[in-house]
Parts: sequence; C-alpha cells; structure tokens
Amino acid sequence: MRRDHPTWWAFAVHRLSGVGLALFLPVHFYVLALAIEGEARLESFLVWSSQPWVKVAEAGLIFLLAAHLTGGVRLLALEFLPWRDWQKTLVAVSGGLSFGAGLLFLVNAY
Amino acid sequence: MQGTLSVSVWRGGEAGSFQSYEVPRRGNQTVLDVVTYVQRKLDGSLSYRFACRVGMCGSCAMMVNGRPRWTCRTRVSRVASSGKLTIAPLRNLPVIKDLTVDMTDFFDKWAKAGGVFKPTATRAEDFAAIRPTDSKRRHADAGIECIGCGICYAACDVVAWKPGYLGPAALNRAWTLVNDTRDGNGAARLRAVAGDDGCLACHSQQGCQEHCPKHLNPTAAIAGLKRAVAVAALKGRL
Repeated sequence: MRRDHPTWWAFAVHRLSGVGLALFLPVHFYVLALAIEGEARLESFLVWSSQPWVKVAEAGLIFLLAAHLTGGVRLLALEFLPWRDWQKTLVAVSGGLSFGAGLLFLVNAY
Repeated sequence: MQGTLSVSVWRGGEAGSFQSYEVPRRGNQTVLDVVTYVQRKLDGSLSYRFACRVGMCGSCAMMVNGRPRWTCRTRVSRVASSGKLTIAPLRNLPVIKDLTVDMTDFFDKWAKAGGVFKPTATRAEDFAAIRPTDSKRRHADAGIECIGCGICYAACDVVAWKPGYLGPAALNRAWTLVNDTRDGNGAARLRAVAGDDGCLACHSQQGCQEHCPKHLNPTAAIAGLKRAVAVAALKGRL
C-alpha cells in the first residue's frame, strides 16, 4: 500500500515525535535529578552537553517538540473546528514552524 | 498504440501468488480492459468483478500498483508509465478468489454505523421541504455520491490495524444521515459511531480522501461525527 501523501506523513511524524519525546523524558528527569544531587555533577554534565554534536541533537529534540505541538494543534483544529479544505497547507505550516524552531535553536547555540 | 504491458495479477485466495501475463497496449486502455483481456484471451479461470464500466456501480475496485483504484476509470497510461502493472484484490477485505473480495464485512459495517434511513414522516404526508442551501443539507450532499466501491476502506490503515473499525465509507454514510433532517434515528446512530470501533478510532491520515475516486471526503465526515459525538457527550445524550 503506497502512502505517499502529506497528511499520512504528518500522521507519522506526529506519532514518531511523540515516541521520541517519551524516550527523552527519562533523560530529562535524570538531568534534573543531577541538579538536586549536587552542583559538581550538574556542572560536568553541562560542560559535556556544550559539545557541538549534543547541540545538534538538542536542535533535533526541539524539532520533535515543535512537530508534536504543531501536529497536535493541527489535529485539534481538524477535529473541533468546521472542516477546511486546506489541510495540506496546515501540514506545511506545522512542518515549517517545526523546522524553524529547530533551526532557531541551532543558530542560537553556535 | 504499440507494445505490450507486463501485467502481474493475483491468482488464488489469501495464500495465492502473482502470475505474469503479456497484454497488448491499446489507445485509451483502462486497467479493467487489461483484466478483461487476460480473462477472455489468456486465462478464462480469472475471477474479477465489474458491471457498469462507467464509474457508477463501484464493483471493479482493485489494488493497482499498490494503490486502490476504480479500474474502469483508470487509464493504463496514467498508472503504468514503465509498462508494468501489478493488479491485486482490494486490501483489508478477505479474498474469495483472484481479484474478487468478500464485501460482507464492509457492508455489514454500514448497518452497524446506523446507515439505514429511518423516516420521521409517513408516505401519507407531503414531501419535506428542505432548502438546498441549508447548511445541514449541504453537509449531507457532500457525502451522498458514495458508490460503495470500498477504495477508502482499502486505503485505510486503521481498518488494517483494527479490523472492527467501521471504516470511512460507513462513517461517511452515518454523517450524511446525521445531517438529514428527515431522519429520526440520530441518537441511536451517534451511540453506534461513538464506540471503540467508531469515528473516535480514526487517526485522520486522510488516505480515504486521498484515494476516493468520487472526490468525496470521508475524513471531513468523520471529523463532523467526532464533533457531534463530543457535543452529545457533553450534553449527556450518549
């Protein structure tokens, strides 16, 4: 079955970004726990996280977060507002906003 | 038009396999013409369905190069630019033999979704006067040209993942009746489509809309049902 249409890809990105964020959440809580345990351990983590490849990975996380947020808003609009025929435009807007958010983070990181 | 088409056609039941045929190219040839050629000239045991040949009856839908399509209105030149065609039975439906699928579940789900019109008036009464510009009538009109071909059902991943799911065609039918002011079965119908297998299971991938040969939009119908179900739930009417 061929699924090469934008709204299917929007569905896939929304679900996969959700899975990615769920996997990231334990790491996020671990880092927060470091802050409680002691300043030195958090500081060493922050130094480690300033490496360029970690920044790129963080930009990816920002993209996932933005994609999940904008994808969710798009779905809420689709389901709770009167139907609009420009659904593919909404997919493009949510994709553009997500890439923009990731790119903005990356530009600020360097 | 010169040359031949290399055609792979599904043969057998669920556990069948593809068989290859060489079919001459013709001008304005449709995929249904190709299947008919195979059956009449090459292998008379091939089973498939068709009736009207003009896109009205909805019986000739098949998977063509990985997409569900109405074969009588699909020109070979549009889908087989490389000269190859792969024709399989519709996805998500049990195969009876070759290209013929069992549509029982598909149509049973129309009934489960409350797809039967229940009039509030008797035949002794006058015709209901409904303005064509009425917003509910326009919602109903948007979905009533469904020919029941099963293409949206074959294109739907939710049907594949959740076999009990009522599917786009049945829910589209339910939405047309929700908007039919002459119908008196609204509450029961909303309860029917609000269950686990109803409209709330739709992931809004919009494959149904993408593939519908009549350019209907079952996703919009399902979104309408979701709103109607949400309002009914808030008002304690489910």
